[in-house]
Amino acid sequence: MISIKNVNKSFGDHHVLTDVSLEIPKSNVVALIGPSGAGKSTLIRTINALEPINTGEIIVDGVSIHDKKTDINVARLNIGFVFQSFNLFPFLTALENVTISPMKVKGLSKEVAEKRGKELLTSLGLGDKFDSYPSRLSGGQQQRVAIARALAMDPQVMLFDEPTSALDPEMVTEVLDAIRKLAKDGMTMVVVTHEMGFAKEICDEIVFMAEGKIVERAAPDKFFSNPDTKRAQDFLSKVLNH
Amino acid sequence: MYSYDWSVITRNMDVFIDGALKTLEISALAILIAIPIGIIFGMGRISKNKFFRLISSIYVEIIRGVPLLVLLIWIFFVLGQFLKLGSYWGSIWGLAIFAGAFIAEIVRSGIQAVPKGQMEAARSLGMSHAKAMTYIILPQAFRRVLPPLASQFIMLIKDSSLVSVIAATELTLNAKNLVATSFRSIEVWTFVALIYFIMTFSLSLIIRYFEKRLLKSEA
Repeated sequence: MISIKNVNKSFGDHHVLTDVSLEIPKSNVVALIGPSGAGKSTLIRTINALEPINTGEIIVDGVSIHDKKTDINVARLNIGFVFQSFNLFPFLTALENVTISPMKVKGLSKEVAEKRGKELLTSLGLGDKFDSYPSRLSGGQQQRVAIARALAMDPQVMLFDEPTSALDPEMVTEVLDAIRKLAKDGMTMVVVTHEMGFAKEICDEIVFMAEGKIVERAAPDKFFSNPDTKRAQDFLSKVLNH
Repeated sequence: MYSYDWSVITRNMDVFIDGALKTLEISALAILIAIPIGIIFGMGRISKNKFFRLISSIYVEIIRGVPLLVLLIWIFFVLGQFLKLGSYWGSIWGLAIFAGAFIAEIVRSGIQAVPKGQMEAARSLGMSHAKAMTYIILPQAFRRVLPPLASQFIMLIKDSSLVSVIAATELTLNAKNLVATSFRSIEVWTFVALIYFIMTFSLSLIIRYFEKRLLKSEA
């Protein structure tokens, strides 16, 4: 479903991504983990072309994302993106946040968009928050609205860039539950996360990055119990033993 | 000792009212023209297109650097040779081109004040740059620029007094003419100042009302 081939990206002399390749089959959930500055966020942002790349190719559902001939606005309809800082539209209610793009981009009528938006918000436990503005919602609620907003475009792929890093600890669970549910429904997902327990539980594969390279790829059980590389061992000893 | 005679005000009330209405008319038309000018060149200042950015910068820098009085006279005498503007449209366009440059800067700062994540979120939902601007960025920029925009509108009403130099009929020119015939400069200019204040302060109150209503909706 997602095919990343020899992607390179640099800011001037600084290589952010070096020859990154990764295949993600349909319905797989992949966690990108690693120390900060490893290029995880940059990599996930290249998958929907929020970040340009220098060389290489990224193909999502048969569409070459960075090809100049690709209409990126159409390609992005297939790729939901959830940000660390939610990025809800503050002047719109929860429901309007969810319906604006289906209406303005897909041309759905208000009735159809609102029906679907209400379903999504309700399924994420926000059935009583349709008319609330983001400033009146907790971080966990805002992030769930952001997930509903992305799902409203009916994407084949969902990308999560540290979806719980900006949340208070007691709100992490509700957002992880929402992602867990999507995994169960067979959504193809890439999640940049520092929640190791969560990564171990729901992911099909762990991709460990450091210094802009993929250092190790493994099944969660293998990775967390017995990683092959010294770099991953060091990282895990730091994040798991505190 | 100067002996005041305020009856010059009451006797010539129609002159003041006519003048004030003309001032409002010229200001309103100038604002209506200045807003689209300001939005276009404000967006131009941060456009990816180098040419558009250059043109916008040249416009803003030149207009900001030339006194309004000089600009009005220049438009009237120099542009007036090629275009049949007359003093009425000459003053409206002069004020609009002048205010447009300042509004462009206000629009630019308003757009730049919207967090980058808003554009990214809109784009990641499949919106084109233009749609994201229209539906997500500009509505937020608009809320942020209301206070400086209000100051600009007030400034424009006051600046419209300068168009009297190119003989456009409005409050200040009417007052000048009245002083010339009545010799009651203290009374007339005091009253004129009061009228300008009433017009600008009313506008200020109206804008404050809208601002509150807009902000209340997202609190």
